[in-house]
Amino acid sequence: MFKGSREVEARMYDKIKIIAGIIIFLIIMLTPFWYNSLTGKAAYIPQLKIGTDARQCVENTLYMKSNHANLLNKWKESVVREGMRVHKAGDGKLYIISLTGTCLNCHSSKAQFCDRCHDYAGAKPQCWDCHVVPNNAVGRWE
Amino acid sequence: MDRRQFLKIAGFSIAGFILDPSLDIRPKGLFANTAKQKITSYIRKWGMAINLDACAKKPGCRACIDACNIVHNVPGLGSPKEEVKWIWKSPYPTVFPEHIHIINREEIKNLPVMVLCNHCDNPPCVKVCPTKATWKREDGIVMMDYHRCIGCRYCMAACPYGARSFNWFDPRLFLKTVYQDFPTRTKGVVEKCNFCEERLIRGLLPACVEVCKENALIFGDLAAIDSDVRKILKQRHSIVRKPHLGTEPKVFYIL
Repeated sequence: MFKGSREVEARMYDKIKIIAGIIIFLIIMLTPFWYNSLTGKAAYIPQLKIGTDARQCVENTLYMKSNHANLLNKWKESVVREGMRVHKAGDGKLYIISLTGTCLNCHSSKAQFCDRCHDYAGAKPQCWDCHVVPNNAVGRWE
Repeated sequence: MDRRQFLKIAGFSIAGFILDPSLDIRPKGLFANTAKQKITSYIRKWGMAINLDACAKKPGCRACIDACNIVHNVPGLGSPKEEVKWIWKSPYPTVFPEHIHIINREEIKNLPVMVLCNHCDNPPCVKVCPTKATWKREDGIVMMDYHRCIGCRYCMAACPYGARSFNWFDPRLFLKTVYQDFPTRTKGVVEKCNFCEERLIRGLLPACVEVCKENALIFGDLAAIDSDVRKILKQRHSIVRKPHLGTEPKVFYIL
């Protein structure tokens, strides 16, 4: 056995260096948080332009705020898998299920309505890899 | 906590669960009921007949190909190995290897033939798909769900008609104009003709059928006796591609 092991455990060598090191580490680690709170960036909330005068989306605003992703997922299943393209809203109104048709018809600017929040939250939905953002200038065929 | 208090809290909790709209208890029925009603009311069986004589009248014509490419944002890649095809031309001997000894219609033998997804009744692509990204609808259309496709390309290996294409690149880079009413696909998914399913639901004919001035493509409901496609199949002799495989194609070629 190692002699005098008790004395080694009880003492702390290089106390000043270690504590200084911990303090420097914490300062570097926490700098982004302090920076954000001091500059007021932590309180920043993205301002959305809804882009429509309509009072209500296909469901009420509270539901849409928290569940729009779920609703769009259901819409996707409904159209692609079940061939069902009409959404009956909670208030009985009927809507054509279409991301680019129905959604973006009202919320005409994707950049100002969708992207601002998604960028802020770091959410990167892949919808736009395939779905086309409407732009009346190009590509209509009848 | 006494029993009375416990029951009170339990009661409120259950009531809360039922009333909370985000818990997905309420809106479920909205979709399910209506979808079922629609499907069970009347089941169509979509099919197409291709009149080779009418096609032969205009040898260089590719109106159907162009129309399809536009409305479905099919990219023009140019290279045959990587191209995306929905409807295209192929030489007669490769389309009908079992009918190359045709003697009553020698003139047809040298012409290119329009080919597209056959929307088989017994589709091999559906059987091999591990994610059910491709499946057969009740109306006979073999559908693709690009959201679910993982790009394994088993379906491409299984399809005996080469009717499926893989997106090696982002298709938007190869599109001159983007047609807005139909999504482009993305890199890494398999795609194919969908019989213009998105147009049928609006009461329109497939784009290729609509633009063909020669009426070479006849589309309709195989389940309805008086449909155009049934009429022409009754009057004229028709063949399908590779019948010995038992895939039962729903695209018929009229000789």
